[in-house]
Amino acid sequence: MIDELDLALDRKYEAGFVTDIQSETFEPGLDESVIRRLSTMKGEPEWLLEWRLKAYRSWLEMESPDWANLDIEPVDYQSISYYSAPKSMKDRPQSLDEVDPELIRTYEKLGIPLHEQQMLAGVAVDVVFDSVSVVTTFREKLAEAGVIFCPISEAVREHPELVKKYLGSVVARNDNYFSALNSAVFTDGSFVYIPKGVTCPMELSTYFRINELNTGQFERTLIVADEGSQLSYLEGCTAPQRDDNQLHAAVVELVALDDAKIKYSTVQNWYPGDENGKGGIYNFVTKRGIAHTNARISWTQVETGSAITWKYPSCILKGDNSVGEFYSVALTRGRQQADTGTKMLHIGKNTRSTIITKGISAGRSSNAYRGLVKMGPKADNARNFTECDSLLIGDKCGAHTFPYIESRNPTAIVEHEATTSKVSDEQMFLCQQRGLDPEKAVSMIVNGFCKEVFKQLPMEFAVEAGKLLEISLEGSVG
Amino acid sequence: MLSIQNLHAGIEDKSIIKGIDLTINPGEVHAIMGPNGSGKSTLGYVLSGRDGYEVTEGSATLNGEDLLDMDIEERAVAGFFLAFQYPVEIPGVSNMVFMKEAVNAAREARKQEPYTAGEFLKLAKEACKQVQLPLDFLKRGVNEGFSGGEKKRNEIMQMILLQPTICFLDETDSGLDIDALQTVANGVNSQRDPNRSFVVVTHYQRLLDFIEPDFVHILADGKIVQSGDASLALKVEKEGYGFLGINYVEEDV
Ligand SMILES: Nc1ncnc2c1ncn2[C@@H]1O[C@H](COP(=O)(O)OP(=O)(O)O)[C@@H](O)[C@H]1O
Ligand SMILES: [Mg+2]
Repeated sequence: MIDELDLALDRKYEAGFVTDIQSETFEPGLDESVIRRLSTMKGEPEWLLEWRLKAYRSWLEMESPDWANLDIEPVDYQSISYYSAPKSMKDRPQSLDEVDPELIRTYEKLGIPLHEQQMLAGVAVDVVFDSVSVVTTFREKLAEAGVIFCPISEAVREHPELVKKYLGSVVARNDNYFSALNSAVFTDGSFVYIPKGVTCPMELSTYFRINELNTGQFERTLIVADEGSQLSYLEGCTAPQRDDNQLHAAVVELVALDDAKIKYSTVQNWYPGDENGKGGIYNFVTKRGIAHTNARISWTQVETGSAITWKYPSCILKGDNSVGEFYSVALTRGRQQADTGTKMLHIGKNTRSTIITKGISAGRSSNAYRGLVKMGPKADNARNFTECDSLLIGDKCGAHTFPYIESRNPTAIVEHEATTSKVSDEQMFLCQQRGLDPEKAVSMIVNGFCKEVFKQLPMEFAVEAGKLLEISLEGSVG
Repeated sequence: MLSIQNLHAGIEDKSIIKGIDLTINPGEVHAIMGPNGSGKSTLGYVLSGRDGYEVTEGSATLNGEDLLDMDIEERAVAGFFLAFQYPVEIPGVSNMVFMKEAVNAAREARKQEPYTAGEFLKLAKEACKQVQLPLDFLKRGVNEGFSGGEKKRNEIMQMILLQPTICFLDETDSGLDIDALQTVANGVNSQRDPNRSFVVVTHYQRLLDFIEPDFVHILADGKIVQSGDASLALKVEKEGYGFLGINYVEEDV
């Protein structure tokens, strides 16, 4: 039975194809001159160049982190090219019709119907293709509400005061090895600003895609929700099949000012590598949000891709009564390795956080949850509830849970629950006896296991996430 | 329709079914009784193709097709239904979604259009009422937190929705109070049809008061030691298995 499952899980990556778009790409290598050239090409102001150079200098001083629970080959940073742009980007397209049809076809193959469904669904799409944003829709409608949603490179030019104020305010330039690298060389990403009291009229979404050989991806996302505002942001990723490991070191910063609410959802489906783990994406992302008084930050993520995932979306609960949430589904198969989790730093009084994670391991993969809950001395009556559930498929995979709790306030309460279960032969037999094939049965059981997290996702994303798990678990695509 | 000949089967090296011959014609109800450990559940598992059960000799055909050569799900869509003695839970998977997928898998195998969500909901609600489960059981996870009796009603609901041709009910009556027993029996009786047959595994005559069997078989140590009509069950009820010369130790059921 389980061997049969292994076979079923052994599917080829569906999105594995390469788009043929000519690119203008830097030679591999990194030094200060590369950063200057990058900054000049992007027409950046002096302060940003200085900021990058400082980040670069601190990065040089830092050591690559000790790989937690991961078994990893060292990354050669000099073999990476730090800038690439599709040629057709020289003149920015004004509408989707002007977009390189090859790119549109790529998205269609991925089942991302940019043209119709997205618009019908009312989603504004800021597509990051390699490093430069090529399509932005719904800008006007958002502008009417006073919402700014644009490539961060554009925000640097058009809204320098906002960028200068908040860039690096949540994830410091020298916070960690990868955030320092990102700060030095980030090429583009999204910028969002929601003015006071405004509820963003639509869900905002970005699709990331990596398509250039040896091109590191260093997106930078900055989202600022001003007092009393609200937004829901969707991030989805998928990449074509590649032979070289591709590094992805993004930084996402969220700022929720007093009474603001930010919901950030990610469905991540990067190429996980072949059966032996060769050729997948290395995904080292720093995601962090700061919640001021009465604010709420909610991270929801569904991770199915990458050879190696290392990320801990975190919340700094600075303001009194602020709320942090982390809902996660991480599926590993083949030889994938994931080490993910969250950090909830309770600083203000009555701060609350909820962590619900569902780890699914199949094949020979390894899936670890690592979470830190820290109750500061002023965090009176703070509460955390953590639930970590692991589901094993087969007996060659592993699941690990590493909860770290630091409490410096006696009135704070931290609760932790963890379970590990297997897709049992009895469950499989019941499903099959009712006529379901083994692949369908596994995907159904797994989807059921993830239900608590899926229901946190926006509707259409939840459907997509369910399908993604099903596809990820199937031997063939139907 | 179901024809079992000289069936020998077991788990790993342990032989459990030791030569069973049984023919079940369309529309018939066969009751199987017998002491605990005699192989009743094993027979259901072997016929449904559960992993780990090896057939060492003999054959079983369903409507002329070699049942033993099919995958579990092929047997299911061919019309073999097993109501479990101990139904398992599948947390988070709603009964509704589970059954819709199952019914549509069977329809697909028969080259019928799948039911839409709306069409299926109507059928599911009816089936739910028929086994007297509140409608919110459709939304709940499969058997998740159900009581013993609710699980058994849920099995019958699945049977009603799947419309199988042969239903193997493994101690569906065990642990039921009299109301639940009657509901289950009514569910089964409502499905009696000239084209559908039942194998009802039970320890109790009381179920057979409601579901009248055409034949009763006594299974002991992997073999059918006696077959008869409904009166055989009455005799077992009165005298136990002693008259068959079986060394029978009563266990908790
Ligand atoms: N998984 C198993 N491994 C080994 N022996 C088993 C297993 N399941 C059942 N048996 C044995 O097979 C025999 C028949 O069991 P079963 O079919 O469950 O009987 P019944 O349903 O008639 O009570 C018993 O002796 C039981 O101990
Ligand atoms: Mg039994």
